Amino acid sequence: MGDKRSLGDLLFSQGVSRRGFMKYCATLTSLMALPPAMISRVAMALEQARRPSVIWLSFQECTGCTESLTRAHAPTIESLIFDAISLDYHHTLQAAAGDAAESARLSAMQENKGSYLLVVDGSIPLGNAGFSTIAGVSNVDMLRETAKDAAAIIAVGSCAAFGGLPHAKPNPTGAVSVEEVITDKPIINIPGCPPIPIVISGVLAHYLTFGTIPELDSLKRPIVFYGQTIHDRCYRRPFYDKGQYAETFDDEGARKGWCLYKLGCKGPLTYNACATLKWNAGTSFPIGSGHGCLGCSEPNFWDKGSFYAPVSVGQWGSREALFAAAAGGAVLGLGSALAVHRRQKKAAREEKESAS
Amino acid sequence: MTLLDFARGPGLQISFIILMFGVSWRLAGTVLQRYSIDNSPGRHQSTVIDSLRTMVVRSMPVHQFEKHIKLQHYSGYLWHIGLFTSVLMFAPHIQLFKSVLGFGWPALPNSVILICASLAIAILLGLTIRRLTHPVHRLISTADDYISVFLTVFALLTGILAYSHLGLRYELMLAIHLLSAEALIIWFPFGKLIHTLMIFPSRYQIGATYGHRGVKA
Ligand code: SF4
Repeated sequence: MGDKRSLGDLLFSQGVSRRGFMKYCATLTSLMALPPAMISRVAMALEQARRPSVIWLSFQECTGCTESLTRAHAPTIESLIFDAISLDYHHTLQAAAGDAAESARLSAMQENKGSYLLVVDGSIPLGNAGFSTIAGVSNVDMLRETAKDAAAIIAVGSCAAFGGLPHAKPNPTGAVSVEEVITDKPIINIPGCPPIPIVISGVLAHYLTFGTIPELDSLKRPIVFYGQTIHDRCYRRPFYDKGQYAETFDDEGARKGWCLYKLGCKGPLTYNACATLKWNAGTSFPIGSGHGCLGCSEPNFWDKGSFYAPVSVGQWGSREALFAAAAGGAVLGLGSALAVHRRQKKAAREEKESAS
Repeated sequence: MTLLDFARGPGLQISFIILMFGVSWRLAGTVLQRYSIDNSPGRHQSTVIDSLRTMVVRSMPVHQFEKHIKLQHYSGYLWHIGLFTSVLMFAPHIQLFKSVLGFGWPALPNSVILICASLAIAILLGLTIRRLTHPVHRLISTADDYISVFLTVFALLTGILAYSHLGLRYELMLAIHLLSAEALIIWFPFGKLIHTLMIFPSRYQIGATYGHRGVKA
C-alpha cells in the first residue's frame, strides 16, 4: 500500500529482464486485440504506470471467481498482486483478519481516495440486511461506502455483474448486481460462472496500461473479450453448418466431436471468449470437453429453461393448455354451426310460409 | 425479460394457444355446417375413386389453359416444397416440434435448407410481382393474400439472417425470427393460410359432389 514506484521500476528491481517485459507486453497487446504496432506504446505505458490500489469485496458468492483468477497463467496472480497491483483488501487472499482487515480497507480507501479500483464478486442481497454481512456491516452498506471514492468498479463474475445464481427465481435474498446499487461510477462487468482468468487479469492489465476502462458493450462487458459468441468461434461450427449433431453424450456423433446443439449448447446466444482463450492455460473449454455451453456469461442464465434443451426449444407451455384451447375452439365452431343451422331453418320456414 | 425471452416463452405459448383455438374453430365450424340438401336425384353413385380423382386432377394445371399457367403452377409447387423443407427439415425446428409432439425425424443439412429457403423467398416474391402486375390476379387478390405473403417472407428472411448471423446481433435476430413465425402462426387459422389443412378435404368433398351429379371434373 502506498508504493509510489512505477510498475517498470518495480519489475526491473525484481530482476525482470527487458526482454521478458517486452514479451509480456506483446502477450498483453494481442490479448487486448491491439495491433502489433501498439506493443511499444503498451510497454511504455505499462513501464511508467503507478501501482493502483485495489480493494476486492466478496459478497454472496462461492469464491469460484477468486479460484479462477488464482489459476490464471498469464499474468499470474503473483505478478498481479506483487508486481502489478496493490491488492489492499481481499477476504480470501489476505492474511489479516477481523479489525486489522477492516482497517486495511479503510486506510486504503483514505490514502487512495478517488484513485483505487474496486473489484466486487458476488451479488448484493437487498431483502434483509442480515442475509450477508462482513464485520457486522451489510453488503449493500459496504458496497456503497467503498464505491464512493473508487475510480472504477470491476464486477467480477455473473453474480456481481447480473445477480447470478442468488438472483435466480425465486431470489429469496433479493439479490441484485453491482450496477443496480451503484449508478454513478464507471462499471466494467466481467461475467462468467466463473469468468475466464485471463479476462479478469486482462481487464486489470488494460486499466494499468492505459488508465482507462476498455470499450464496453451494452451489458458493460469489454467488447474485446465479449464481442463474439462462443458459436462464432467454436471449432465444432463446421458440424453445425453441415447439420451433424451429437444426439446423446456418448453416441457416435459425440465421439466424432460433432456439434452439441441438440444437447442444449447455448453457444449461439453466449458472448464470451472461452472458444478462443480457453481454460487451464489454454488447454480446453466446456465444449472441447464434450459438454454444451451453459451460457453462464449471459444475464439470468439459470432461469432460461433446461441446460439440456436446444436453443430453438422455447417454453411453449403444456399439452393440456393446447388441448383446452382446441376444445374451446371446437365449442365455438359448434356454436357458430348451430347458429347458422337455426338461421337457415328460420329462412326455410319463412320461405315456405310465404309460398303457401 | 428480454425480447428473446418473451419470444421463447409467453410469445410461443400465446401463439400456439391461438393456433389450436383458431384451427379447431375453423375445422369444427366447417365440418358441422349444414350442407344444402341436394334435391336432384344422383346420376351416379359417387365413389371414393371420384373424390380421389378430383384431388389429383385439381392438383394439375387445367388442360385447356396449361400453356398459359404452366410457369405459375409449377413455380407454386416449387415454392411450397421450398417452404415445407425449410420449416420441417431444419434441425433446430425439428427440435421444437419434438418437444411439442414427443417425436422427431432426421434433418437435412443446413446448406440444403438455406438453398430451399432462399428459393422459396425468390419464387414467392416473383409470384407476388405477377399478382400485382397481372390485371386478373390483382382483381382477385385481397388484403388476406398480401398479409399472408408478407408474414411468410418475413419469417423466412429473418430465419435466414438469424441462421447466417447476418444483420443484427444473433439473439435479436433470433427473437425477431421467432416473433415473425409466431405472427404467422397466429394468422394461420384466420386467413387463407388455412388452405394448408382445408385444401385436400375440400377437393375430396368437391369430387364426391361432382361424382354424385355425374360430372367429371
Ligand atoms: S457446439 Fe455449441 S457453440 Fe459449438 S457449433 Fe455447436 S451449437 Fe455452436
